[in-house]
Amino acid sequence: MEFWFADLHTANVKLNVRIERQLFSGESEYQRIDVFDSEEFGRFVSLDGEIVFSEKDEFIYDEMVTHVPMAIHPHVRDVLIIGGGDGGVAKELLQYPSVEHVDVVETDEMFVNVCRQFFPDVACALNDARVKIHFDDGLRFLRNKKERYDLIINDSTDPFGHTEGLFTKEFYGSCYQALKADGMMVYQHGSPFYDEDELACRSMHRKAFRSFPISRVYQAHIPTCPSGYWLFGFASKKYHPLKDFKPEAWDALQIETWYYTTHLHTGAFMLPKYVEDLLEEEEQTK
Amino acid sequence: MDRERQKRAPIYEALAAFKRKRVVPFDVPGHKRGRGNPELVQLLGEKCVSLDVNSMKPLDNLCHPVSVIREAEELAAEAFDADMAYLMVGGTTSAVQSMILSVCRAGDKIILPRNVHKSVINALVLCGAIPVYVNPRVNQTLGIPLGMETEGVRQAIEENPDAVAVFVNNPTYYGICSDIRAIVSLAHTNGMKVLADEAHGTHLYFGSGLPLPAIAAGADMSAVSMHKSGGSLTQSSMLLLNAGVNSDYVRQIINLTQTTSASYLLLSSLDISRRNLALRGAESFAKVMEMAEYARREINSIGGYYAYGKELVDRESVFDYDVTKLSVYTRGMGLAGIEVYDLLRDEYDIQIEFGDISNILAYISIGDRIQDIERLVGALADIERLYKKDGTGLLSGEYINPQVVMSPQKAFYSKKLSLPVHESAGRVCAEFVMCYPPGIPILAPGERITDDIVQYILYAKEKGCSMQGTEDPAIEHLMVLAE
Repeated sequence: MEFWFADLHTANVKLNVRIERQLFSGESEYQRIDVFDSEEFGRFVSLDGEIVFSEKDEFIYDEMVTHVPMAIHPHVRDVLIIGGGDGGVAKELLQYPSVEHVDVVETDEMFVNVCRQFFPDVACALNDARVKIHFDDGLRFLRNKKERYDLIINDSTDPFGHTEGLFTKEFYGSCYQALKADGMMVYQHGSPFYDEDELACRSMHRKAFRSFPISRVYQAHIPTCPSGYWLFGFASKKYHPLKDFKPEAWDALQIETWYYTTHLHTGAFMLPKYVEDLLEEEEQTK
Repeated sequence: MDRERQKRAPIYEALAAFKRKRVVPFDVPGHKRGRGNPELVQLLGEKCVSLDVNSMKPLDNLCHPVSVIREAEELAAEAFDADMAYLMVGGTTSAVQSMILSVCRAGDKIILPRNVHKSVINALVLCGAIPVYVNPRVNQTLGIPLGMETEGVRQAIEENPDAVAVFVNNPTYYGICSDIRAIVSLAHTNGMKVLADEAHGTHLYFGSGLPLPAIAAGADMSAVSMHKSGGSLTQSSMLLLNAGVNSDYVRQIINLTQTTSASYLLLSSLDISRRNLALRGAESFAKVMEMAEYARREINSIGGYYAYGKELVDRESVFDYDVTKLSVYTRGMGLAGIEVYDLLRDEYDIQIEFGDISNILAYISIGDRIQDIERLVGALADIERLYKKDGTGLLSGEYINPQVVMSPQKAFYSKKLSLPVHESAGRVCAEFVMCYPPGIPILAPGERITDDIVQYILYAKEKGCSMQGTEDPAIEHLMVLAE
């Protein structure tokens, strides 16, 4: 049987994945959620027809949003994850003994239930005593929080769907306010390659650059993302991602990883010329 | 209202049937279903352009409707519980003008609140009627004009027993309602008609827990902006009549200024929106009310803002308040409404309805989603954090009483000269000065220019309000009467 899933990366480019079987399909208040088993990517979830994570490449993404900031900030205790309903990022974070409290804010309860049912090995992190899950809008949750967190991770990926509020100037402003004086945030910066994605990517950098004194961008290779090439944003009130990076301290923690290394940390901030150029352009526009 | 009958949409159905027939067009419009204008098709889509057709037998004619448009008008009248409804394609401005031209002749007096839309005074220029303004009270803190107090209307009627009509905003742009039932009763006792501007009140006919709609209160005519809260296309509107108004005469008046090539895109949008309102309006507006109330609570908890609501109601100058309106006072954190309006657009990619000197108004409608409300509230919180400043030195948005010296028509057509704004105090103005939006006149033709007015114009200009209505687009000069 030929059963193929198509993820439209642009109107003119798609990624096809052969499906073994569909395990779930549901329509929540916010989005359509589907779960598939595939030969190549293992089990994966799509939201409104776009792959958000797969068993095969999820580790790259979870590690890169977690270990990069954790190797910079010396004492992260309070963390906020926005949109981390799958539990993957929380699971990485819980490996750090310094982490005392993790708030996970997810709008869509159905998404969390689907993850618990079909990805129990990852979603189990949500049951940890240090993790508290809030079913709320990210912007709303942040609105009255002041100097509460050491680290905020925006795990939402889609600047055009129901999470578009998490890619706005008010979002970066609210994060700034919710972070402690040496706090920092990491967010999905999208892919810079295709035209439409490039515009969203530029706009994100413009907003973060104006909201935080330090704002840098780093990269990773994620096969299921559009063009397979993905950026993350790092915005911080005090720590610089390379100057304040402490590789020995991180290595001493002996955390097991598949993607992240302290060598890769430095390399991830070394961007291709076209990406550097477009980011610099946004820093210069008024 | 017969729900089964309201499920019909005669114009929409006729257009669908017409499209299926694949009729070869040797009539206007000349783009011939878009074939002659491919860029237009690219922009609007083939379906949209193919529905841009001319009046013809199967599609009826708006100037003299006998079939599908007539049926659509009858269904609309039923949905609004009116005696008669006209589909309008020249905006609510055309509906307002038709109301006034239907009841006023040259020299007739009409009683109206100052905070009327400019289309009302423009209609007076057209017909030569004389305005008798009832001064609305002003909320001194918010700097907004309120409703007409019944007592003020009674006084105006006593002083002008020869007036032919009373004009009422139901509600105002800011959501404030007068006691329209009492005003109708006063006016009718004195042989005057009541005309209602319900440009911001379509939803009153369909929601529950909202202020009383004009037709239900017994008003004779009402102009209803279907394209605002009703969801139809921009520029489409509706004129409603109550029993006792000569509907054939009103149709004649409408046809004086209405196009003979009415757009079927607009007409079908009215038809479909009416059906939608009749069938689903109650639940839609319950949701809108809930969202607006939620936004109000959230905005008020930020600090620095005041999103006002039902607490304004005093049963006099604020007889009732339309809670679907989200008006926010911004001066508490030292920012003029227009400044917040600009910040929202330029910095946060949020377009709101308007900003005046002290307030902003965000339009909440059947098309909104809760996540968009969160964005608005989030942006306001961020503005408060980043841009808040000391409030001293801000001129208050005080309402200025007009001094009517002659009829707007006479002033408009008199011999005029142009003077720099700061030299114009003391002269009679020959044109409009609007602060837009909300489009309430600061000056209308035939009114005395005072020092206060000059100050207000200069200040509003400096704060970036869009000033319109004058011949000089930069509003450096005003046209005044050559005395």
